[in-house]
Amino acid sequence: MLVGLAGLAVAFVALPFVGLLQRAPWSGLPALLARPLVAEALGLSLSSALAATAISVVVGVPLAWVLARHDFPGRALVRALVTLPMVLPPVVGGAALLFALGRQGLVGRWLETQFGILLPFSTAGVVVAQTFVALPFLVVTVEAGLASGDPRYEDAAATLGASRWTAFRRVTLPLVAPSIVAGAVLCWARALGEFGATITFAGNLAGRTQTLPLAVFLALEDDRDAAIALSLVLVAVSLAVLVALRGRWFARL
Amino acid sequence: MLRPLAVAVAAGLALALAGCADGGAAGDTAGGARVLSVFAAASLTDAFSEIGEVFSSSSPTSSPGVEVRFNFGPSSGLLTQLLEGAPADVYASADEATMDEARAGGAVAERPTAFARNVLALAVPAGNPVRVRGLADLARDELLVGLCAAEVPCGRLARQLLDREAVRVAPDTEEPDVRSLLTKIEAGELDAGLVYRSDVRAGGARVEGIEVPESEEVGTTYPVAPVARAAEPELARAFVAFVVSGEGRRILADHGFLAP
Repeated sequence: MLVGLAGLAVAFVALPFVGLLQRAPWSGLPALLARPLVAEALGLSLSSALAATAISVVVGVPLAWVLARHDFPGRALVRALVTLPMVLPPVVGGAALLFALGRQGLVGRWLETQFGILLPFSTAGVVVAQTFVALPFLVVTVEAGLASGDPRYEDAAATLGASRWTAFRRVTLPLVAPSIVAGAVLCWARALGEFGATITFAGNLAGRTQTLPLAVFLALEDDRDAAIALSLVLVAVSLAVLVALRGRWFARL
Repeated sequence: MLRPLAVAVAAGLALALAGCADGGAAGDTAGGARVLSVFAAASLTDAFSEIGEVFSSSSPTSSPGVEVRFNFGPSSGLLTQLLEGAPADVYASADEATMDEARAGGAVAERPTAFARNVLALAVPAGNPVRVRGLADLARDELLVGLCAAEVPCGRLARQLLDREAVRVAPDTEEPDVRSLLTKIEAGELDAGLVYRSDVRAGGARVEGIEVPESEEVGTTYPVAPVARAAEPELARAFVAFVVSGEGRRILADHGFLAP
């Protein structure tokens, strides 16, 4: 019974990929993938997802630590707020970003007049959109890792004279390193597949804001073979990273 | 171990196939009403919604009641759905090339009827803060300019027009459809963009239109036709006839479309 249900789940997930592979234009694939557009979109996707992950780790790990280790009024609210982008339709997130960080937006106007920074229609805007939707995946994973760890190690370090920063760096971080890696991988994968927030906030321009998912969506409009070829690239890259990291890191969790 | 897995895979496949067969509304009955499923280009959203309302309340075949259900989207995306067997009764595209593809692919068998024409217009945020006067302004470097992507009809048309008038534009974004382009202009995030004349009307007070006389030469013609495997072929023909009737033409003109 259980095996049957598990098999059903596998079949359900695998079926669309079978469809993709079956429609793949294998003979024309090299020519389709040799187009400069593909390398451009792939490069942009990989680098922007990496940047979004780096930002998420830098601000997300401290946030997870605060949520896991400190009880403060409004903690439940902060936690809900941080995970909101996970459940929100990405297009809504993108529109919200546009209204806040666009050049007519509350913060965006200030960014433009003070620093001349214009986030919409820029690569930085792509990273912002990806960070917005991917950050919760890191925070949730790391917070769970911290919650299952024993806070007494940190207390012991403090008793032995370590400052809060030293205890965090030398004790907490090594303890939750596997969670951070797992969270970063999830975060990166989510950023790599990001579509709705990106196109709504950053727009679509080859070489500047057109990531692989955007390229796939537009190719579907007039060149299905190209769309399938691009999809295969996205699937292959994601699968390679997930398999490689899973073997290496997730086993430890 | 193997058999339950095989059964599960088979069940999964069966579920997926059932999902395909059950995916659409065509031929369904909704509370006894006959349902007509219309796939129409996104730019027709407002005009066709009104046409649908009038049609379902005035159609001669409306004795058991007719409910018109719309699927609005980019013409080419709708075509992909049609070729994949999505259940539809009527298809209206934003250009003849896409309709020709539908005929070549067998999704449409009957001769399509041209029912409207649309030309491009410049759209700017209300008040025209950066003083756009004509097509040539799109070449100004300091402006944030949006076009539709070259993959969709409004983008093809825009490039045709700009090439013809030898205006070189480096767009800041190439939006997947005309509505998302218009949204960014309404929000004031883009300074100008080329959209359909009919979209400027739909944009309301937050967007201003500037007519482009040159665009008369490169307009697009909208064809409509019953879908080959329509579940309601009779109703589909009645709907097409209504679109090209005086009443249909009047509604289209109200929404900024020109006569074909």
